[in-house]
Amino acid sequence: MAEFFVAKSSDFQDGDRRIVTAGQREIGVIYKGGHYYAYSNTCLHQGGPACEGLLINNVVEVLNPDRTYVHHAFGDKVHFVCPWHGWEYDLETGECVGDRKQKLRRFEVVKRGDDVYVVA
Amino acid sequence: MDMPRNEVRPVEFGTFSTPKHLEHASEQARRRNYQDFLIVDVDSHHYENESYAEVFEYIESPVMRRDAIESAGRSTGFLNTQVGGQSLSGRIIRNKARRLEKPRAAKHRDIGMTLDWMDAMGVDYACLFPTPMLFLSAHPVPEVEAAMAQAYNRWLCERILAHEPRIVSMLYLPFNDPDAAYRTVQEFGGRRGVVGFMVTSPRYKSVHDNAFMRTYAAIEEMGKVLSFHAAYNWDDRALAMCNRFIAAHALGFMWFNMVHMTNWVVNGLPERFPKLKVMWIESGLTWAYSLMQRLDHSFLMRTSDCPSLKRKPSEYMREMYYSTQPMEMPDDKSLMEATFKQIKADTQLLWSSDYPHWDFDLPSTIYDLPFLDEKAKRNILGGTAAKLFNLDPRPVKRIP
Repeated sequence: MAEFFVAKSSDFQDGDRRIVTAGQREIGVIYKGGHYYAYSNTCLHQGGPACEGLLINNVVEVLNPDRTYVHHAFGDKVHFVCPWHGWEYDLETGECVGDRKQKLRRFEVVKRGDDVYVVA
Repeated sequence: MDMPRNEVRPVEFGTFSTPKHLEHASEQARRRNYQDFLIVDVDSHHYENESYAEVFEYIESPVMRRDAIESAGRSTGFLNTQVGGQSLSGRIIRNKARRLEKPRAAKHRDIGMTLDWMDAMGVDYACLFPTPMLFLSAHPVPEVEAAMAQAYNRWLCERILAHEPRIVSMLYLPFNDPDAAYRTVQEFGGRRGVVGFMVTSPRYKSVHDNAFMRTYAAIEEMGKVLSFHAAYNWDDRALAMCNRFIAAHALGFMWFNMVHMTNWVVNGLPERFPKLKVMWIESGLTWAYSLMQRLDHSFLMRTSDCPSLKRKPSEYMREMYYSTQPMEMPDDKSLMEATFKQIKADTQLLWSSDYPHWDFDLPSTIYDLPFLDEKAKRNILGGTAAKLFNLDPRPVKRIP
């Protein structure tokens, strides 16, 4: 395992991404809500740039207690979306939200002073 | 010792470049050596509405031409449209971002845009279809469909196909006006890059109507392809029960082709036009497998309903052609293998991307299938299409 430089932490605004070529791999590093997340940038569907699309909250269906439909609303989970076809991944886990058995490989992110590294 | 490569780039949304957007596709193309063999995309698209200012000038009727030009830029007017969010509320970024694109230099922006994605994916030839005009079949005024079809076909032939040999098309047939459909075949059948004619499927004209027989005969005689390109019509009585785009799209793209295929077969059109090459586009694959079994089962009890048939419906269906996209990907690949076997994929299946639409497929959807040998892969990816369209089988693409 080696550490690959990503950026200065001061360069990251909330929601910023960096795509790191670490050897043969492409890794997407996402800074959101004060945390860094790093996942393989290859979508499990057809190999698209999974970490380079929108960050968007999940959509939930709101039902009444009697199970009648009310409306759709944005929830509090953040997803990142592959821009090729719209496969959505849970930012916290890297799971494909349509099939949680499928999961992007996650990488560790470390900070050394102001420098951010990804371990791969 | 070499240090591992460490490069960092930001993700930017203020610019858009197709070669960058599809860089992972190019990587797939390089790794799989696509440069060594022919890849033909039998179903791809452009956004002809971005060129309506040019297309409208080709409308023959001065009255309709004025109506079209005057309504340009308004949300309602000369042409119909459909509700539906192809871009997934902006999750598919290329739909909007394409406006920022600066394609390679070419005779027309559409040519540059098309060649950019073709090379990025590893495609040698692409059969180009319109996008909003897929819904023109539902226009309430048949003469508007006929006028727009003629204008678009002339524009496409003169501005696109005449200048780029790697782009071909099956031209729009104004099927709601059988006479206009016949005239379309007569006028354009010999034009450069015209490899066939395309019927957009969401419509209510029956394919077995006698009014179409001379059109089929003309296409058969020319040796061109007649294709049925699926789409949805959310206003259809059955689909109007659906409240989500996913439902209207998933059902609509199968439904109309299932109806047309059923009528095509039970009315014995394969017996009447035995040399006519018929292709079914963008319904995926499982519908044909299912329909073959359904029709065979009923046919054996009701042969008197379709006396022209000398064989089971499935046997005729296995002689037709199918495009791959949107290819179903079951977890159990043996189901997929059975589907391929049922439609004789080695000789009857043709790869299609549907790019740049939201559910496009890459060549790797075929190339990576474990149950296909190299010959079958190459047939599906381009060999069969080259024969069908009379294309030079030598690869011409330049993968970045």
